This record gives sequence, structure tokens and C-alpha cells, in this order.
Amino acid sequence: MIRTLPNSKTYSWGFKLYVIFFFTFLFAPLLVTCVLAFNDSNYPALPWNGFSLDWFFANTEERLGIFMDEENLKSIWVSVQTAFFVSIFSVIVGTMGAFLFERENFRYKQFLYFLALTPLVIPGVILGISLLLSVNSTGLYLEDNFNIDLEILRPSFWLVVLGQFAFITTFVLLVVSARLKKFDDSLEEAALNLGASKFEAIRYIILPFLKPAIIGAGAVAFLMSFENFNTTLFLIGSETTLPVNLYLQVRDGSTPVINSISFLLIIGTSILALLNLLFTKKEA
Amino acid sequence: MKNYSKLSFYVFLLPIIIWLVFLIIIPQIELLIMSLRYENDMGDMVWSFANYKEFFANDIYWYTFVRTAMYAIFVTFLTFVVTFPIAFYITKIVNPRYIAFLTILLLLPFWVSELVRVYGWTILLRESGVINYFLQALGITSSGIEMLYNDFSMIMGLVYTSMLFMVIPLISSLESMDDSYIEAASDLGASRITIFFKIVIPYCASGIVSGSIIVFMLTLGNYLTPNLMGGKNSLWFTEQIYNEFIASLNWNQGAAFGFLLLILSSFIIWMGLKLTKQNLAKALS
Repeated sequence: MIRTLPNSKTYSWGFKLYVIFFFTFLFAPLLVTCVLAFNDSNYPALPWNGFSLDWFFANTEERLGIFMDEENLKSIWVSVQTAFFVSIFSVIVGTMGAFLFERENFRYKQFLYFLALTPLVIPGVILGISLLLSVNSTGLYLEDNFNIDLEILRPSFWLVVLGQFAFITTFVLLVVSARLKKFDDSLEEAALNLGASKFEAIRYIILPFLKPAIIGAGAVAFLMSFENFNTTLFLIGSETTLPVNLYLQVRDGSTPVINSISFLLIIGTSILALLNLLFTKKEA
Repeated sequence: MKNYSKLSFYVFLLPIIIWLVFLIIIPQIELLIMSLRYENDMGDMVWSFANYKEFFANDIYWYTFVRTAMYAIFVTFLTFVVTFPIAFYITKIVNPRYIAFLTILLLLPFWVSELVRVYGWTILLRESGVINYFLQALGITSSGIEMLYNDFSMIMGLVYTSMLFMVIPLISSLESMDDSYIEAASDLGASRITIFFKIVIPYCASGIVSGSIIVFMLTLGNYLTPNLMGGKNSLWFTEQIYNEFIASLNWNQGAAFGFLLLILSSFIIWMGLKLTKQNLAKALS
């Protein structure tokens, strides 16, 4: 049954076959998407008409490569900015949350911790619409009563950041808490005995210890934000993020430019994933 | 409090309170309030259950709601069945030399956006897609078969997009399991099936529950996959919410649907936790 026990041939081969089948299933759609990005064709389909970089660089009436496609490039840039702010904010607040729940004791702690976990079990659509509804009501109220018009209270870039921050913070909180649990308190006590202030102890002793978890959580927060669709859909204003923009294009009939964007995303995320993995491995 | 001043406590507490109150609690309350507001025949907004009555009066809403819940449960179960052998293989069977490599290989595709993965499936499966091209080239079929836009393709897509969230907790609970439990059971003459149901499954219960909660919630709230792989007949409840908000601009009706979905997901997760005697904090961390 396991590697230390004798296994029948059928059992081992059955397992191997299943694993091969599973990995084929896992990689088939990605592989096909990447390959078809380089096909010399106007449709993301076979037959293979030869190798071409048109869907990256061409700027003709029929074909607009990604590097010439201003609309798609702009949405990539919007997504990068969104993900940048979301990961910074969620890492800061998530880490503070980890300190709060791991190192402080107070009344209603269990209840507050439960609340902090709920964003993970609220469907993304609900987070999106509920935030939209409440900022809309607040906006109307302020406009009617005080004649104040705030941009953040309408679907906009910053509202998307807020909406994504709302659930990504929980994720950061869990990852950083898991690391903080392993912290040896005597290190901090030593620092305090040697005359460090409480905040100095956090700054020079605890934060360096948490660094791999914080970087790892930050990278995942960046990706979660970059790829988010469900919550974002209801909160975007005029600046469309990449997933929403791609969705609209896929729905309305796609051209291989989506393959070339996907290819770049696959390469980009793989590099980020590998770097993250190497980095956390080395530090752990 | 361990050596901490009151100040540090409030520094940590304040952002958490702001986050939870303004981005989680108030919006959910607003969702409930909006779902109870209804524009009457005079054009005034009044308190009313009309939005909920609309839901119960219309078969199509009901049907979609129940169908989505059932399919989400089924997808969660299927995801477990598909990923468990892989988690077991990586942690218990394969030569330890390959564990790191296989784990990376397993996790890599999930870093790529869901949209890209779903798009990959559409160009594989559709009528003019890659699979149909090969079927025709090999002479198996003479014309393209539409393999997309049915329940089967939708469920496959949902399983595919959520596998990661099942396989990670499964691997981590199997990793912590001592092989000697299985060895002992085997020495005492237990069959594989007995070992699986009496030893492995109970040991992994917490991993299974946490994976199932996340997969269920993500499937229930998924919009992209049912929409792009299930097509017009997918009848997924999030699409009803989307329609009310974006197409009909009836936000109050949409809020009622949203609230019903929230109740449904909380209820099923609560049931799951009760039945397996787990709690949310333990299951998620």
C-alpha cells in the first residue's frame, strides 16, 4: 500500500498510470494555449500553419499582437498597480492581525478571530456586491445631505483595491500566524533584557524571523489580486483589470492574442512561483 | 499579555477592527437591508419581502438555486476523489527523491489565472477545437462534435479549477501521518480497503474538511467556469446575481439573491463542520 510495504505490480502500475493521466489532464489546456500563441493563424485553433510571432508583435488590420495592443497592455498595467497596492496593504494589516491574535489576550478574541476568518468562506461575488451596495448608499447619503462627492464611493480603482484587500488580508493573516506560532519567545525576552524597547524587539527580532512568511504571503497576495475576477467584476470603474478584460474578449469571440497574453502570464507566474519556492525553501 | 504595553495592543487592534467592520460587517448588513427594500407601484422605496417572494414564486430561480447547491456539493466530492490518489502517491508511494519535483509540478498550473486555464479548456473542447481536430484527422468522426457548453464540461472545469485547494490540505495531513499506522494495520492483516476507510480517512479528516470547505465555497461562488464552459444552459446561481446587477440593474433583487447565496453557503459549511465535529478556526489554519 505504501512504499515500505510490498505492493503488487497491478497496484503500482495502476497508480503510475493514474498519475500520468492526471498530469496530462492538468497540463493539457495550458500547453495547448501556449503552443497556439505561436501558430500562424487568425483563430486559436489547429491546423498548424507554421511558427509566427504575429500575435506578439504584429500591427496589421487582421492581427494585433499583444505588445501593440494598447487596450490589453493598459489592463495589464491596471492589474499590476491593483495587485501592488493590495499586496502591500494586506501584508501590513494581515501581519498586524497575526500579532494581535497570536501574542495578545483580550475579551472577545475568539469572536474577533472567527470574524477575521469569515472572508474566506464568503463567496467572492457576495463580497463584491455587498461592498458595492454599501459604498453606493454611503455615497448617495453624503451627496444628498452634505453635497460631498467622493470618488472612492463609486466603482473605481481604489474600490477594487479595497474589495480585494477585504479577503486577501485573511489569507496573509493565516500564513503569517502559522510562522509566528513557531517563534521562540525567549529570543524576544533576551532582546528586552538587553534594553530593547518593545517595538525595537518586534522590528529587529520578530519581523526578520517572519520575513519568509511575509514575502511568501505577499507574493501569493499579489497573484490572488492579479487574477481576481469574482469580487473585482462588480467594483471596476473605467479602469478594467486584466481578468475582466480577458473575460469580455473570450466571451465575445477570441483571437490568438489571448493565447499570447496567456503565454506571458504562464511564463511570468511560473517564474514568480519558482522564485517564491526557492526563497522560502532557503529561509525555512 | 506578554510584556506588551497597552499601546501596542491598540496599534494592532485598530486596523483589524476597521477592516472587519467597514469591509465585512457593514457591507453584509447593507446587503440584508437592500434585499428588504422594494420599489412599490408608486415608485417609492418601502420595506418589503417582495424580493424574496419573487425568488420563491419563480421556478427558474428555485431550480437554479437548488441545482447550484447540489452541483457544488457533487463537485467538492469529485474533487476529493480525483485528487486523493495524487496526494497519497506523492506523500506515501513515490520514491522520496521525486517528492519535491512532483509537488512543484502539481502546484505550478494553479498559479496561473483561472481565466487562462478555462480558456485553455475552451480551445481544446469546442467544435473547432484541438480535440475535434485530432478526432477528425484520425478519421474517428467526420464532423466536429460540440464538447463544450454542457453539464459534463462544466463540472470537469469546476473540478479542474478547484483541485489545488483540496490537494494542499490533503498533502499536508498525509505528510504528518506516520507510515507505521498503515504498516501495523497491514501486518495485522487488514485489507487495503479497510486501511483506507479505518485509518487513512479518519486521520486526514481535518484536511479533508478544510479542503472541502474552500472548494465548496469557491465552486458555489464561481462565475467564470460555469459561464464559459457551461454556456447558456449552465444555470449557475451567481449568473442570476450578475444578471440582476449588471443587466437588469435591479440591485434590490440582486441583493436578495446574494443574501440567499450567503445563507446557503454558511449553512452548508456549518452543517459540514457539525457533521465532522470540526470548527472553522481549526479547519482553516
